[in-house]
Amino acid sequence: MAESFALTEATYYILLSLVKPRHGYGIMQLTEELSGGRVHLAAGTLYGALNALCAKDWILQLPSADDSRRKEYRLTEKGLQVLRLEVTRLRELADNGERILGEA
Amino acid sequence: MENRRTVRRWFWVWAFEKEEDWLNEMAMNGWVLENVGFCTYHFVRCEPGEYSIRLEMHPYDEAYLSFMRDTGAEYVGRVMMWIYFRKKAADGPFDLFSDIDSRISHLDKIGKMLSAVGGINLAIGAVNSLSGNAVGAVNLLCATLLMYGLGRIHGKKEALEKERMLHE
Repeated sequence: MAESFALTEATYYILLSLVKPRHGYGIMQLTEELSGGRVHLAAGTLYGALNALCAKDWILQLPSADDSRRKEYRLTEKGLQVLRLEVTRLRELADNGERILGEA
Repeated sequence: MENRRTVRRWFWVWAFEKEEDWLNEMAMNGWVLENVGFCTYHFVRCEPGEYSIRLEMHPYDEAYLSFMRDTGAEYVGRVMMWIYFRKKAADGPFDLFSDIDSRISHLDKIGKMLSAVGGINLAIGAVNSLSGNAVGAVNLLCATLLMYGLGRIHGKKEALEKERMLHE
């Protein structure tokens, strides 16, 4: 991926949640927990994002193992790669911020 | 004391936030939406503030409804492409959209619907008017109104887009 782009907070936390298989509600809970309650994913926003991420092939819907209605999702190889690049990008932002503010 | 009541009320599509505010006000006053029909709202008694109400334009999608149920929202009903949900306030805050992008794409959906219906009315109105049919004027009036609505939706969208330039 030559071009670099920023993920939205919602996308970032959704991808991070899906390193392990999770269903929608599980993603919402983990995101709140990881961000200390700061980032809240509303259901409509999450549903739209999951569909868009499936279409981009960054995540995939797992075939339901039991008769549960809840659909589970997981990161694809491509999604993992995007997530790794984003962590590197965020580290650069944070490092620069700390360095320059530290000099101020 | 009556436990149920029905209210007839009209909201323009582009004033869906006003409609939502009114439904939440009703819930604050102890009347929660139980069912919904064209310009008709059926309420049942609840504890004041027990529920939050949200509505959204979304094409019929069973998977979406079951997704919403899993998150604790209850499907109340639908009128054409509008879906009504409620959720107990005790189960946490309830919104359908938590970022600017998804709010914009919701407005986009509404805008597309308004332009489609408006365009059809414009076409029929033009044909009818040119062939001297008086009904054409009604279509043209509808088209004008829908275009006005489209403008209102577009205005909301632009405000969000301006905001998105600085943050998500």
